[in-house]
Amino acid sequence: MTGPVRTLLVWCPDWSVIAAELTTGVPARAPVAILHAGRVVACSPAARAEAVTWGLRKREAQSRCPELVVLEHDPARDARAFEPVVAAVEQVVAGVEVIRPGACALAVRGPARYFGSEERAAERIVEQIGQECAVEARVGIADGSFAAELAARAGRIVPPGQTRAFLAGQDVRKLGRPELADLLRRLGIRTLGEFAALPAGDVLTRFGFDAALAHRLAAGLDERPLVVRRPPPELAVHEEYDEPIDRVDVAAFAARALAERLHERLAGHGLACTRLAIEAVTADGQELCRSWRHDGLLTAAAITDRVRWQLEGWLSGVRRGAPDRPTAPVRPTAGIRWLRLVPDGVIAQVGLQPGLWGESGEGRERAHRAFARVQGLLGPDSVVGAVLRGGRSPADQVRLVRWGDERIADEPAPWPGRLPPPAPATVPPEPVAATVYDGQDRPVTVTARLSISAAPARLAIAGAPPVAITGWAGPWPIDERWWAPAEARRQARFQVELADGRALLLALSAGEWTVEAIYD
Amino acid sequence: MASLPGRWAGVQRASDLAVAASTGGVDRLLPVAAELRPLFPAGGLRRGSTVAVTPGTSSLVLALLAGASESGAWAAVVGMPGLGLLAAAQAGVALDRLGLVPNPGPDWPMVVAALLDGVDVVVAAVPGPIAGRVASRLSARARQRGSVLIPYGRWEGADLTLTGEGGVWHGLGAGRGRLRSRELTITARGRGAAGRPRSVRVQLPDHTGRLAPAPATSRPALTVLSGAAA
Repeated sequence: MTGPVRTLLVWCPDWSVIAAELTTGVPARAPVAILHAGRVVACSPAARAEAVTWGLRKREAQSRCPELVVLEHDPARDARAFEPVVAAVEQVVAGVEVIRPGACALAVRGPARYFGSEERAAERIVEQIGQECAVEARVGIADGSFAAELAARAGRIVPPGQTRAFLAGQDVRKLGRPELADLLRRLGIRTLGEFAALPAGDVLTRFGFDAALAHRLAAGLDERPLVVRRPPPELAVHEEYDEPIDRVDVAAFAARALAERLHERLAGHGLACTRLAIEAVTADGQELCRSWRHDGLLTAAAITDRVRWQLEGWLSGVRRGAPDRPTAPVRPTAGIRWLRLVPDGVIAQVGLQPGLWGESGEGRERAHRAFARVQGLLGPDSVVGAVLRGGRSPADQVRLVRWGDERIADEPAPWPGRLPPPAPATVPPEPVAATVYDGQDRPVTVTARLSISAAPARLAIAGAPPVAITGWAGPWPIDERWWAPAEARRQARFQVELADGRALLLALSAGEWTVEAIYD
Repeated sequence: MASLPGRWAGVQRASDLAVAASTGGVDRLLPVAAELRPLFPAGGLRRGSTVAVTPGTSSLVLALLAGASESGAWAAVVGMPGLGLLAAAQAGVALDRLGLVPNPGPDWPMVVAALLDGVDVVVAAVPGPIAGRVASRLSARARQRGSVLIPYGRWEGADLTLTGEGGVWHGLGAGRGRLRSRELTITARGRGAAGRPRSVRVQLPDHTGRLAPAPATSRPALTVLSGAAA
């Protein structure tokens, strides 16, 4: 059996606080505490100087340090922020194991030989992290990752073979097992050396399996090999153009070559992507980025189309077929120098699943090609699909999504006040103005208490001659989004049937009658 | 034609042959609701045909789409920004197999032609009078690709033109009730075998938004059940 692996451990002190600074911008120099379940789990040095310690309640911590910034513990944020640090370490050495956000370990034998000595390897790694991520890191080297972590906290390099002696002087609480440490201290065992001196069999029978494991660690017998992380394959493709692209046809040609390269690279890894980010840098250094989603897998042709649309949109500065989108397109100030395609939402490609009876998959392919062709003719926003969602008016209950985008259906929820079926077969995009008259040719009004001034008798739509109303029902009130003044809507709705056989949905809002929908 | 001399007995009209050929292959037919079947010489939407719908009855378009959509067909609607999509869903149209091009602009013949290449049923709102050449070219495209073109508007040379007339709504009173269902007569006029107008009386929409057979007799809305209280 081989002994413990000589391990180098990189430790970033107070990582949760640093991660919060990196992602949310809360300065780590200020007194900051990270809370989980109402208890402090990490704090900045400034907070520690004010006697904020691990395990305090929020109120207690704030009473000790009134200007304390309190943040909620977010393991995902810590892990995300740690990724660049691991990447920086991987630039210098190979085979890094992430122990937890804030600490990573590696076998030191190779780097020590490459850089000349363990000290130089440690210096190089700390320097690299400082340059790449502007993060302070400490390094400890010892036999086994447990001892290496204690060494990192102490800022030491424990010479080979002296790990046991180094551990012997440490407090039992550093085992990271508070209950066991508490018990051992009450038994008079205060250091790891004293704990390690107990017979292993007795520790197992008296304290259980986990304590037996801790006993081995305390004795410096940390034989667990490092689980090395495999860096994810680089999938993004990019291309630099000597001649800046400022014409649409040149852009389309460039897009095609790049899209095919991306597709080949993905296929080589047996992958396919469902989202695609297109990044471009112009000759002036302006950066443009846009993400495209797709409900199926992006094929080479689909990738080409999307890149081409995006470049066309950027280069022409206008988008046809989208008059209702007020978002001003970002127009580059110069030609595109640099283009990068980043596949996102990568999944394993298992091949196209044809329909059970053969036809449906093919029909879907054909239909998607036809719609993509129309998108190519008129612009990507010209073809839409519909998704049902919650709402009260017939127009509200449908959401239009660009063809090819993901269709995320809303959870069904009760919507008191929505009209029961049948729904109107025609819903004009803009409501049409109308006037409703009673028997004496006076406009019909509805009071705030929903009493109607007189029975509706005639309806004039958009200045046309009035038509007699043969049947009507209402008013049915809706009062929506009153908490947002810009979107608030207060309406009384009516269904009317006209003498010529038409049936309409009318709405009265602020004294104005409109035709909301036509039952035709 | 019925009194042909004996030596012409084996001769059939070309349109009869067309019907025989079309009913022979089930694949060549997109289904329609059972109530509408008498209107179609082939008993359904024959692939490659052009079936026009007279404007003013959007729910008839939805009923045709629903029949085809329920058999797994893909559909596209061009130039109808006001189509009620909630009504479409209630009528039975599968919205995930329906693509919409609300504003095709001046290129609409090109858009319709592109869609006919790949989509089984294409509904196209006719934007005013169109040249007969354009109409016949699009119909020919549908015939060649095996898609069904449903122009919503006047269309020269349509195989069949469906018109909804005589709609009567039920359920709405003077200040009470709500729109529940409509009885409608749908008339089909066409060429060839469909030359004689045929019509059916249906409920479109019924109280769930779908197509249903018309009630056999019109009865009073309320029937007093004698002895129900006893």
